[in-house]
Amino acid sequence: MDHERAFELLPGYIDEELSLSESLEFERHLAGCEHCKRAYEEQRQVSAQLRQTDLRMDAPPELVKRIRAALPVQRSLWQRLSERFGGFPGFSVTGRASGARGTPGWAPVGAMVVSLVALSWSAGLYLSMPSGDTHLTQELVDSHVRSLQFDHLYDVISTDRHTVKPWFDGKLDFAPPVVDLAQQGYPLVGGRLDYLNGRAVAVMVYRYKLHPINLYVWPGSDAGATPHIYERQGYHLARWSAAGMDYWAITDAGEPELNGFITDLRAHPAS
Amino acid sequence: MADPIITKRFEALVLPHMNSAFNVARWLTHNDQDAQDVVQEAYLRAFRYFGGFRGEDARAWLLSIVRNTFYTWLQQNREHAAETTEFEEDMHSLEAGGAGQDDSPEATLIRSQSRKRVHNALSSLRLEYREVVVLRELEELSYKEIAVIVGIPMGTVMSRLGRGRQQLAALLAPTDQEA
Repeated sequence: MDHERAFELLPGYIDEELSLSESLEFERHLAGCEHCKRAYEEQRQVSAQLRQTDLRMDAPPELVKRIRAALPVQRSLWQRLSERFGGFPGFSVTGRASGARGTPGWAPVGAMVVSLVALSWSAGLYLSMPSGDTHLTQELVDSHVRSLQFDHLYDVISTDRHTVKPWFDGKLDFAPPVVDLAQQGYPLVGGRLDYLNGRAVAVMVYRYKLHPINLYVWPGSDAGATPHIYERQGYHLARWSAAGMDYWAITDAGEPELNGFITDLRAHPAS
Repeated sequence: MADPIITKRFEALVLPHMNSAFNVARWLTHNDQDAQDVVQEAYLRAFRYFGGFRGEDARAWLLSIVRNTFYTWLQQNREHAAETTEFEEDMHSLEAGGAGQDDSPEATLIRSQSRKRVHNALSSLRLEYREVVVLRELEELSYKEIAVIVGIPMGTVMSRLGRGRQQLAALLAPTDQEA
């Protein structure tokens, strides 16, 4: 093998992309060629340096959220809402539906109309909700529904809090408390990132029998220490604050079950 | 074609690669916002073309769409995104690396300085070298996959990687002060 050919194959040798015979021929040349030896050493080091340095940049949560939200599966929620309300002036159900069949209708405006509709509709039914929380509550319900609908309950699946908690490292600017409540009948099944209330939040997913319980956590102390349970669109929600964290729990399980979950959770030392 | 099934498949096969898509777009565009635009547009295209996807490697498939989307974007922004931006240093996403190691201030400083150096060196590579280096060293794709994504023969992948690494070696060689 002449020098020119060997030099060409050098990157492939580093990346183990050469055939066996090419590798052997290359090695034979390398043994007697100072120029190739130096180049090999330099390139190998650069490669190692690039891999050792953490150069990857992950998608920001808001982008993940935006792309997810734009998927046409949202149509089912859209359609259910529009069926409930019949024709609404200002948006066309048929246009959206046919768009989703051919090209996806990536209309953020549509999502906005949905939440507006949902908001005005639910505000009429649940006047007891503190008005400042209405929007956040709706966001939570939507997020909970979406997490079930998308078959995207969790980004990390594990029943082990020592797996779930470190998974959040580097993904959030806080360390969410993760506890194990399997003994109490609320096994941890996983965790995920979500985007809520204008920030990235941690979601721990627990289960009570077949009912998923989404527990949202982010830093703050906006709620009192005593949990309040609300009902909304058939879901039970609760909010409270503890140790500098705001908690929201939401589930389709009943109020006693949610209450029991919260009691056990609060009785448990956070890890 | 039943809509919900396609969407489910898309979610299962293509959505999980969003970090790779963003990483590649970020290294090509040099900029968070542009990278987000490229990735969002790429996902829109990916969904549109998803019917033609035949279950090979979804990540490589998505990355080829990201790359194509980037080049479309680049052409549209030629006047703004000319070679001048190639050397622009855009370091604001450089915090936070390497958690859980020696966290003494000196160690952190050295780590972030060396990271910044490597980051700058890779940023300053010409686009044609930078893309193969990112696909190989950061995304750990094979020559064959890179050849398909970039649309060049495997031999060209190899030679561009070699030149890219050689230039990086020159850029990262210790200077007199540091040696």
